[in-house]
Amino acid sequence: MSHAEDHEGTRRDFLYYVAGGAGVVATGAAVWPLVNQMNPSADVQALSSIRQDVSGVEPGTQLTVKWLGKPVFIRHRTGAEIQEAQGQDAEGLDALPDPLARNFNLNADAPATDANRVMPSPEGEAPGAWIVQMGVCTHLGCVPLGDAGDFGGWFCPCHGSHYDLSGRIRKGPAPENLPIPPVEWVDATTIKLG
Amino acid sequence: MSGIPHDHYEPKTNGEKWLNSRLPIVGLLYDTLMIPTPKNLNWWWIWGIVLAFCLALQIVTGIVLVMHYTPHVDLAFASIEHIMRNVNGGYMLRYIHMNGASLFFVAVYIHIFRGLFYGSYKAPREITWIIGMLIYLMMMGTAFMGYVLPWGQMSFWGATVITGLFGAIPFVGEAIQTWLLGGPAVDNATLNRFFSLHYLLPFVIAALVIVHIWAFHTTGNNNPTGVDVRKGSKAEAEKDTLPFWPYFVIKDLFALAVILVVFWAIVGYMPNYLGHPDNYIEANPLVTPAHIVPEWYFLPFYAILRAFTGEVWVVQFASFITGGIIDAKFFGVLAMFGAILAMALAPWLDTSTVRSGKYRPMFKWWFYLLIIDFFALMWLGAMPAEEPYATFSLIASAYWFAYFFVILPILGVIEKPLALPETIEEDFNAHYGKADADATPAE
Repeated sequence: MSHAEDHEGTRRDFLYYVAGGAGVVATGAAVWPLVNQMNPSADVQALSSIRQDVSGVEPGTQLTVKWLGKPVFIRHRTGAEIQEAQGQDAEGLDALPDPLARNFNLNADAPATDANRVMPSPEGEAPGAWIVQMGVCTHLGCVPLGDAGDFGGWFCPCHGSHYDLSGRIRKGPAPENLPIPPVEWVDATTIKLG
Repeated sequence: MSGIPHDHYEPKTNGEKWLNSRLPIVGLLYDTLMIPTPKNLNWWWIWGIVLAFCLALQIVTGIVLVMHYTPHVDLAFASIEHIMRNVNGGYMLRYIHMNGASLFFVAVYIHIFRGLFYGSYKAPREITWIIGMLIYLMMMGTAFMGYVLPWGQMSFWGATVITGLFGAIPFVGEAIQTWLLGGPAVDNATLNRFFSLHYLLPFVIAALVIVHIWAFHTTGNNNPTGVDVRKGSKAEAEKDTLPFWPYFVIKDLFALAVILVVFWAIVGYMPNYLGHPDNYIEANPLVTPAHIVPEWYFLPFYAILRAFTGEVWVVQFASFITGGIIDAKFFGVLAMFGAILAMALAPWLDTSTVRSGKYRPMFKWWFYLLIIDFFALMWLGAMPAEEPYATFSLIASAYWFAYFFVILPILGVIEKPLALPETIEEDFNAHYGKADADATPAE
């Protein structure tokens, strides 16, 4: 114990620190690969970008495609649905638990209006005819059901989250609107995801 | 090892002496098996043996099931059917393993509530209690990952929901979730790592069980009176105790035999009663089953997870004071883990100096209400997420927390406990009549 009362740094103290420090660094260097191997592997990481032909998606129907291991809802809305969705807009942002658009293609602070949630329509179609969003409930990741719930949009059967016709959360435990992935028209009938 | 004075192993033959001076393993086993055990233990004390049996059963059946199972998203489901249809006796092995998990949880819940009633968690057995809670957490992790392996619809969506809990952690949640899953969604990487961990964790549990036993062999068992064994001398201790072997081993094995009759009846005649038909549909990432329900043993805590939605004022308050960092989703996760943490903290929340609930006239009723609350939560966890179940869940969850954080601390102060027996011997004699030292059994 004698060196513990010796307040001046000794060669032995120095060696303790160096050896201890080297041990910590070596342990960290050994542990990190073991932790990092659990992160997504290269094939998973390779950001996939898919093209989807939507010419067969009639108004009033929805196509579900798998992208990055998750479902994406491609909804072709009817005129009546567009009107109803815009009608829900009139209730104002205060009626929404999540006032942000959650649209990857817009700024992060864009408000959650119906116009900010839908895709730009291809020529010859009414604005708001297409809405593309991740089919993953923002609560705990279930796939919501279409044409269901109290707001005419989607309903998550797992814990009862209700989304409206613009995919905005209205009721239930989910905290956010359904996210909108990077999406664009390649031509009049083909959508590119990612 | 034990604080209770008793005879220790003495090596007699030259062979025993030779071994003992090199590795005192026989002495260790002898002292463990012959540990003086309070002689008034009742039938609630048999579940430890049942738990040890379950762990062994699950490890043995698990190891042989692995010989036929393939952990790959394209093959896992088919390999389970292969076990069920082609492997010799495979259906039986799998049904035993499936229902063995249920027996394991029946036993652990009774074991935990026994501890809660008789105050087994109180000083000096806090470490035993904490290790027990760790074992329980590991059991839940193991059972959850095991349920994912058959790669049915419930496997997949259960995994999605439960790993989604980690995504609720503020700021780092999504990174943690991706790290746990090995990708953006539950997929092959997830199945592979769950398989690896499902194989590993039972051995970690086995190690913790040894520490658990070590801890309560150091303090000695609790008993239905909560009165300590007299430790003044060996003669005194012997009035309160009997050696574990053969007295308690035989008693426990008898109980185990009775329990196994029921277990085999379930395995033989209704092996899927506790499962979900949806898990015999192969996993499909594009379709969520209409009603995701976890296995029955997770239901009480699942109900607590779901109870705290954004409409609840506590949740709104938490969200307000943390500036939105704790949202409804994260609050639910905190509540679920908090419910288990509350149990783990029982040794420090219970202010009563009396261990056993038998002598606590007010505590008793609150405890019985906790049991009812537990079953209510279990029922609510299986119900759909709508009214009136949502309100009931909230009330039942509130009681769970109130029991640990309000009732236990206050009862210790305001309650007047009944008179305790002086010694375990006194309690024993009151029940079974005074043992006559001179009379030997006629048989």
